[in-house]
Amino acid sequence: MNPEQILFILFGAVSLIGAIAVISFRHPIYSALSLIVTFFAQAGLFVLLGAHFVAAAQVIVYAGAIMVLFLFVIMLLNLGTLSVKGAMGSKLKGFAIILGILFAAEGIYIAVKAMNDTAVAAAEPATEAVTITTYQIGELLFSKYLLPFEVTSLILLAALIGVIVLVKRESQEEN
Amino acid sequence: MESMPLLVLILSSIVKILIIVHMLLIGVMIMIWAERRVSGWMQDRLGPNRVGPQGLLQPVADGLKFMFKEDLIPNHVDKPLYVLAPAMLLVPALVTVAVVPFGSAITLFGYEIPLHIADINIGILYILAITSLGVYGVVLGAWASNNKYSLLGGLRSSAQMISYELTLGLGIIGILMLTGNTLSLRTIAVEQGAYPWQWNFLIHFPAFLAFTTAMFAETNRLPFDLAEAEQELVAGYHTEYSSMKFAMFFMAEYMNMIVGSAVTVTLFLGGWHFFGLENVGGPVWSGLISFGIFFVKTAIFLFVFIWVRWTLPRFRYDQLMNFGWKFLLPVALTSIVVTGTLWIMTGSRLVVGIGNVVAAFIVVSIVAGLLVMNKAPEPAMRNDDSQITPSALDATE
Repeated sequence: MNPEQILFILFGAVSLIGAIAVISFRHPIYSALSLIVTFFAQAGLFVLLGAHFVAAAQVIVYAGAIMVLFLFVIMLLNLGTLSVKGAMGSKLKGFAIILGILFAAEGIYIAVKAMNDTAVAAAEPATEAVTITTYQIGELLFSKYLLPFEVTSLILLAALIGVIVLVKRESQEEN
Repeated sequence: MESMPLLVLILSSIVKILIIVHMLLIGVMIMIWAERRVSGWMQDRLGPNRVGPQGLLQPVADGLKFMFKEDLIPNHVDKPLYVLAPAMLLVPALVTVAVVPFGSAITLFGYEIPLHIADINIGILYILAITSLGVYGVVLGAWASNNKYSLLGGLRSSAQMISYELTLGLGIIGILMLTGNTLSLRTIAVEQGAYPWQWNFLIHFPAFLAFTTAMFAETNRLPFDLAEAEQELVAGYHTEYSSMKFAMFFMAEYMNMIVGSAVTVTLFLGGWHFFGLENVGGPVWSGLISFGIFFVKTAIFLFVFIWVRWTLPRFRYDQLMNFGWKFLLPVALTSIVVTGTLWIMTGSRLVVGIGNVVAAFIVVSIVAGLLVMNKAPEPAMRNDDSQITPSALDATE
């Protein structure tokens, strides 16, 4: 077993444990923290794939920004321990079972597919040591993927303006 | 880099990590001593001078005291997070230093060993990513303490860190545009020449000021230390902490300062370059000298940290937010636009440097003019004693 495989198993295990912990903890803050652990392990997996930029973006955007806001909301609302009870709980349970079956089917499908494809993967020597630099990503974004890139930035801009407009209207009404 | 055997690579990396981590820890001790002595000097008093020569062993005494104090965990705290929070602040502070190049290269036993722990392609993004995690230690420590002063301090500090992080990131973009096709800190340091007028801080002067100011805010240092405003919040997010856990918060703050200074020196102040002095001597000496130059530069910058702390008073919270969003952020954004445009048009670093300063001056004047013209009437909440709602507070900002 080479070091990369060991690291892959490590990161994969941490990411799985984190994901299970997200839904196992009863306290929302612990769940949010477990999600951060999962994001981190996934960033590690991205590094193993040679996608350093994606790994950094994963940590900056998800672990560094979005989860902080999550944490803020949870803390300010002061949510206590969650419990699934009553009629709503049974509805949720049915929903959860359906979703669980769907995801399990997907997972099994991917696993079986991957097992069948191992022969192909082993034949390709180029699967390792391909490091994509930020320079290459930038060039691709501004040439081949220019249109999707610009569309994405427009959507983000719209969201930004939307937030400002929403916040502003509220404060004016109160005055 | 010449290919070296794996064993040498691993061994040299371990040695480098050990040296750098210990230098950081000892640096924290020296900084605590320096802070107290320099503040004493600035206030025309002595400061601690009893333990060891010039009081140099005072931090050791402090450390021993912290270790032997009772490790108190109050009953009302959320125990796992309360214990975890100091570590979550300390670890990011420690690992950021991994990508900082602290010298050129040193040749030992026939192998050329570059003086950095890891030169990764995404160096700057790595630093931004890890520093953005420091906020968890503060937020969790504040929340887990289950104390309203702690929570207020934590919220203040995290809002401040998130706001100033933007300036921190945007201030670097100008440098990246003029540096080769990489985000590696070593390349940025190498591409700045040997002489001070070739360094980035002159070419990107407004961005340098914005970046440095944001760095002060990120490390929660005095003009921006609202998280622990003693008069208002007891001690902020670490009110409930004692003994070694408090010391860990304290160490993290100083470690952040040291790493922040080292990053600023690398990005803006020419790294280990100084009038070609770094090339003097053989392959061993030049490495050591470059390390020494980097060390001295970082130390000078750290002195500036202390200097500012004991010179400027603390901002009010709305002033802090206004300053960050209305002055620093526009300055950093303008510097990106101006640097890019002028670089494409003229390709001259001199023009870019002058253009940056002029543009920043114009932007700051416009913002200041707008603020004066649209000056809101004094907020009513100071006069009547009606209940202050959070949205009312937002409206006054």
